[in-house]
Amino acid sequence: MINTNEPTGYVSYLDYKGKYTGIRAWIYSTDHKRIGLLYLYCITTFFSIGAIMGILMRIELLAPGPTIMGPQTYNGLFTVHGIIMIFLVVIPGLSVVFGNLFMPILIGARDVAFPRLNLFAWYVYIAGCCLAILSQVLRHGPPDTGWTFYAPYSLATGTNVIAATGAAFVLGFSSILTGLNFIVTIHRMRAPGMTFFRMPLFVWAIYATAWIQLLATPIIGITLLMLIMERLFNIGFFEPALGGDPVLFQHLFWIYSHPAVYIMILPAMGVISEIIPTFSQKSIYGYKAIAFSSLAIAGVGYLIWGHHMFTSGMSLVAIWSFSLFTFIVAIPSAVKVFSWVGTMYKGSIDLKPPMLYALSFIFLFMIGGFSGLVVGGLATDVQVHDTAFVVAHFHYIVFGGMGYAFFGAIHYWFPKIYGKMYKIRRANIAWAMTFIGFNFLYFPQFILGMQGMPRRYFDYLPQFQTGEVISSLGGFLFIAGFALMVYNLVMGFRKGEKAPANPWHGTTLEWQIPSPPPLENFEEIPVITTDPYNYK
Amino acid sequence: MEEKSLHTEEPRDDYAAKMGMWLFIFTEILLFAGLFLVYSVFRFKYPVLFHQGALELNVTIGSLNTVVLLISSMTVAMSLTAMQKNNKKLALTLLFITILCALIFLFNKYIEWGAKFNEGLYPGSELMLKLERGHLLFFSLYFFMTGLHALHIIIGMVILSIAFIKIRKGTLHIGKYMLLENGALYWHLVDLIWIFLFPLFYLIT
Repeated sequence: MINTNEPTGYVSYLDYKGKYTGIRAWIYSTDHKRIGLLYLYCITTFFSIGAIMGILMRIELLAPGPTIMGPQTYNGLFTVHGIIMIFLVVIPGLSVVFGNLFMPILIGARDVAFPRLNLFAWYVYIAGCCLAILSQVLRHGPPDTGWTFYAPYSLATGTNVIAATGAAFVLGFSSILTGLNFIVTIHRMRAPGMTFFRMPLFVWAIYATAWIQLLATPIIGITLLMLIMERLFNIGFFEPALGGDPVLFQHLFWIYSHPAVYIMILPAMGVISEIIPTFSQKSIYGYKAIAFSSLAIAGVGYLIWGHHMFTSGMSLVAIWSFSLFTFIVAIPSAVKVFSWVGTMYKGSIDLKPPMLYALSFIFLFMIGGFSGLVVGGLATDVQVHDTAFVVAHFHYIVFGGMGYAFFGAIHYWFPKIYGKMYKIRRANIAWAMTFIGFNFLYFPQFILGMQGMPRRYFDYLPQFQTGEVISSLGGFLFIAGFALMVYNLVMGFRKGEKAPANPWHGTTLEWQIPSPPPLENFEEIPVITTDPYNYK
Repeated sequence: MEEKSLHTEEPRDDYAAKMGMWLFIFTEILLFAGLFLVYSVFRFKYPVLFHQGALELNVTIGSLNTVVLLISSMTVAMSLTAMQKNNKKLALTLLFITILCALIFLFNKYIEWGAKFNEGLYPGSELMLKLERGHLLFFSLYFFMTGLHALHIIIGMVILSIAFIKIRKGTLHIGKYMLLENGALYWHLVDLIWIFLFPLFYLIT
């Protein structure tokens, strides 16, 4: 295929000197790799802010009664934690960072289809971030509605709901532009010989995700616009006193926000499908099953939004069907897990940090998935609805899923991105700390929820204290592990040893070019003749 | 028809540009779909009051605007064809008529909204809040949906005006006219949405 030897005298995208210098060389750059890194730094920053907010909540919950803050501050904290983590970190997350960095390389292209639109989407993202920050600091105080903005409370509260929903609206626009760009790129820019079924599975996942971004995001856009108009002009759509219907808001909200869960998790599954064959040195088991299950999840994912609203008042037929489809969507997810395990079977497994994160993804995602069936079942959901159980389930899926895939992806592609290597041993220790911390942080919340601890409460009954304290201690351990991970990666970037072009012996296209990649990715566009996972 | 330049850094792909526009149009349709959903829910809930609301709208202006938009859709398509046949002057004239139609549409909208505002009927007004519930929702939806549509008219007008200027300057020509084609596509979308809005608000009496 391509010459894997390091060519001398190429200019990497990191060192490239163009028209601009300094920071302008980055914020004016339309290179997909530089845009990916811009997103990476933004998202890491916002994740850290969100995580600190989470830790503040865990400190508050160390003891019953006000510990370090009052109820209003706590309401603001969990709302802002949700808005930052969902709209600024997890939804763009893997797609904008690693989709931008590697999707074009993985299909053998020099860039995305619309490079300038790509940069524009980053600016829109930044505008959304600014609005989100504004919503915190403006006069009326941070929003206290929860990230779901349920009417009619979001219409009545005096806090900065308009700025926060405006932020979500703008971020949605950015998400649409990225999705549009990626779909066109995958359709039009594949290298010669790169048929759809020779695409790496990460690209399949990005493709399915892009379709959801495109087809679901406009609904949240218009819904939030209606909410803003309602606050400004009393148009009455969701206000019962004016003839409107608050449950209608919930429907419209979840028509987007449930598929959004798949915007978060599909690229994560794509990353895992890359890491596992590389570290098993074995071709992926059930390539087509994984590819099609991404599309199946994207499709069925549209039909299950009502499972967030089992207790909101819907007809029996409606909740019954939503529950049924919820159980059905578990099947393609299970197909993927089966294929990953099948890939590892009789492979030469190498437990390097990316693989450790991938394996913990499977473990955490399965706990999250099974507890999802508990909240997806009609009778059991009534018991655990709006309790800490839901918090635990959600974090196991989104944080244990998307978060761990993100950690895995950064450890997997780090040597390619920077051409340097981090310390493997330190990365392993950080992994162990975060993994143990994570389980101590969220598993007790399943039990607390079962026993009736509601979510979004700053106070609790004394009998819940043991569980809450264990959970908080887990949170501290996680944060320590996360700090070590970031330190390790930063030190790897600054002082790490030079990484070879293909440190993990991967077979996909990004490992066939030098590290860090040249500005134009490929000197000559490769001609693809084999499957992506072509292990001996 | 494509001119291939050997020196461009970014390879051009007109098919991709058009595909991107179609995808964007999907998202616009879905944006309005949310509003159509809300409309159908409330129309189902308050059928009588929605009929009464429709009686209070000016069908003459509504029909006039429909005709104006349909003509503009025709002229923009003809302008594109003229451009494809390298008739720059005709393309400019037809594009000018399109933009003129858009202005007429907005002017009519101004007359129509202005009359309602004079009666004290506008979102957030005291009169609005005193209306019966279904009535209020009808007018809220009317202002919201036609307002959002008018915003799209303005966006479309800006795109077509840029195309107009570029044709005059000669940077948009027979070898490179994607902006005009995508602008025309967008304009058809704006027209299409109006074709649904018009009967739903004016003709359901």
